[in-house]
Amino acid sequence: MAVMTDAVTAGDAALSVRALTVDLPKGMERVHAVENVSFDLKRGQILCIIGESGSGKSVTANTIMGLLPKIIQVSSGAINLDGTTIVGAPAKKLRQLRGRVVSMIFQDPLSALNPLMTVGEQVTEVMAAHGVGNKASRRERALELLTEVGLPDPELMYHQYPFRLSGGQRQRVMIAMALALEPTVLIADEPTTALDVTTQAQILKLIRDIQRRKDMSVMFITHDFGVVAEIADSVVVMEKGRIVEQGTADQVLKSPSHPYTQRLIAAVPRLTGEDRKLKAQANDETVLTVNGLCKTYRSGSALFGSQRVVPAVQDASFTLAAGRTLGIVGESGSGKSSLGRLLIKLQDSDSGQILFEGRDILKLSESEFRPLRPRIQMIFQDPFASLNPRSTIGQILTVGPVAHGMPYAQAREEARALLSHVGLDAGAFGRYPHEFSGGQRQRIGIARALMFKPKLLIADEAVSALDVSIQAQILKLLDQIQRETGVSMVFITHDLRVASQICDEIAVMQKGRVVERGPPSQIFLKPQSDYTRELVAAIPGERRRES
Amino acid sequence: MTAIAANSPRERWWNSRTAHRFMKHHLALIGMVMIALLTLACVLGPHLLPYDSLYIDLRARFAPPLTGKHFLGTDPLGRDLAARLFMAGRISLLVGFSAMLLSTLIGTLVGVVAGYRGGLVGTVLMRAVDGFLSFPSIFLVLALAAALKPSPIMITVVIAATSWMEVARIVEAEVRSLREREFVLAGRMLGLSATHIMFREILPNAMGPIIVAATLTVARAILMEAYISFLGYGIQPPLPSWGNMLNGAQQYLGTAPWLAIIPGAAITIAVTSFNFIGDGLRDALDVRGDHS
Repeated sequence: MAVMTDAVTAGDAALSVRALTVDLPKGMERVHAVENVSFDLKRGQILCIIGESGSGKSVTANTIMGLLPKIIQVSSGAINLDGTTIVGAPAKKLRQLRGRVVSMIFQDPLSALNPLMTVGEQVTEVMAAHGVGNKASRRERALELLTEVGLPDPELMYHQYPFRLSGGQRQRVMIAMALALEPTVLIADEPTTALDVTTQAQILKLIRDIQRRKDMSVMFITHDFGVVAEIADSVVVMEKGRIVEQGTADQVLKSPSHPYTQRLIAAVPRLTGEDRKLKAQANDETVLTVNGLCKTYRSGSALFGSQRVVPAVQDASFTLAAGRTLGIVGESGSGKSSLGRLLIKLQDSDSGQILFEGRDILKLSESEFRPLRPRIQMIFQDPFASLNPRSTIGQILTVGPVAHGMPYAQAREEARALLSHVGLDAGAFGRYPHEFSGGQRQRIGIARALMFKPKLLIADEAVSALDVSIQAQILKLLDQIQRETGVSMVFITHDLRVASQICDEIAVMQKGRVVERGPPSQIFLKPQSDYTRELVAAIPGERRRES
Repeated sequence: MTAIAANSPRERWWNSRTAHRFMKHHLALIGMVMIALLTLACVLGPHLLPYDSLYIDLRARFAPPLTGKHFLGTDPLGRDLAARLFMAGRISLLVGFSAMLLSTLIGTLVGVVAGYRGGLVGTVLMRAVDGFLSFPSIFLVLALAAALKPSPIMITVVIAATSWMEVARIVEAEVRSLREREFVLAGRMLGLSATHIMFREILPNAMGPIIVAATLTVARAILMEAYISFLGYGIQPPLPSWGNMLNGAQQYLGTAPWLAIIPGAAITIAVTSFNFIGDGLRDALDVRGDHS
């Protein structure tokens, strides 16, 4: 590693970082946010920095941009940006560099854009702030940029406000802003994480194209090895603030040398295309049958004629057998989460049938359905929001069974047993949710759903908020639980790779409709509908692996 | 953020970040100390003074403060001002606190139900709140106080009846946003009753804003009691309150200004201190003010 970095002469590095150490304030879980980090971004290349949450990758990017919060300090090291030393430079000099020499695009394009300014104003503002051009020339340049990032109808776009645009369009506007002053270095901090997979593929292609056209240097921060495979020339792998491995993309992806990298790559969910091996089952009874389920959201007021009608789920039909998993896959807005909430009656359906163990639960009132609630449980997406911060783990687990008449002593014993079953210490019982990591909280969420020994589990994006290595563990746990208890699962996800790991059958949803349904082998290898084909093609990292 | 939280051992509340943020708020600390001193003085003071609040020392009428044996002076009847001030403080602080408890209880109840139920129930409740808010409350208080027989309990009820709306609004907004959180959905998934979800799952998470609103309500209730008593509809002499002490001081403003200044200062100190504490709590309980 040291040999490789020394071999690079300063001349062909657009950005070089040497022995950078950044301190965290006292009392945090470690002393340094990043420690002794050295790497080079060569001119005209894309360098990916990859790591799980808390690895220090974003701190590194913010140090280069000079955007660290005051409580975090650079303690040693040097950063050389296009011939200028940054660490210790006065604030005014840094401000001149930002935008002109280095610029940045962020993960969430909605919060990074000013909601009260039109797209055109935001792009021209960057130029005005650096005193470039006059009003007319800035406008012309902004239109040119909007065209360059592939936004349709730039003239119209110029006058739009950010909330009118889709996520992908907003990210394109961010890129246009970042490119306004033709910077030498572009830093992209997880720019596609918040986007749908098809949009992600387009944005990745756009960044790659622009980088080639302008011969820019790009530092791309991501947690997804699929994205690395799509875009990187070279790769830096970070763990807990240190660089554990760096090299060319081929080296790192094909023959990783550090055990952490190997573990990470192994944990990346692969598109299997193979059907899941079924457990031999005595009874093949149907647990859930859904016929023509419909739900339309109405907002605003019908009285004042401002009603908005959004069809969320249209005519959904499927069946699910005991001990099987049905994956529901779609992009944001496809209605997959609405469908999950309709099944468990957290929302009322408009029409259709939900037959659970032969009984239509759709028509039941809340009080009629309450005795059945224990039989259908749900695992939620957000491990932070789904546990009440003011309740202990014990209260969270026992409150449901106790409300349904189980004696507290029995509930407590079962909760303790379940906690160790899902891989947690039984001592977790008396502690509060904030004392646990994301993966541990998701295990608690799973234990809560299992307290009732349900027949049907609905997992709504249950692993989406987790790092890949944790994701793999949780998927394994769910698989193990299903084999032990024979519970049926509806697994809702936006990630086809995850779905291919755990599902017996997959339903693809688009705009509220199920467009295709079949076993993974059909969905991934011989997709029938155009939309499924598009989705599968957009999965990052699959192309390179095949070639 | 996660990793830090996961590593932090079980904390005592006085070691928590909230407590630390509050301790850093100097004005709030001063307020806290002032209220503690004031309460202590009102509770213990009368026992330590040589004079009862009703004892008439005719030879020492209109004694200015720090002259003779009456360290805060005497009133036109020769009663010891310090003794009266502390006794009045008991009444004023008690009315302030009880009015706060009562109005917070009503406000929280209305707010939680309106916020969680939403729809028609929520609309009706919140429009009732709007209705109460649109009365000029001081006139309502005076009209009620004039119609009913004034007693400390009556005054407390009247003040509470005109000051619960703010708490209701704050709680309703808070509950409405908490209602959408996944842990509330999880409660419904477990089949918990609506009452359980409202008061055992959601309410503990809304305590921060409720405590802040309650603190500010004490300040307003003390002020309100002073208005009413000053205008003669509140606490009736000879029972002293800070408000009716001011009333009695009016006609001697030129000759014996300390009669107005001393209870006036007590009211100002109490009200400002409660407002400082409220501000401090607001900053301390607001997690968004924390940068990690």
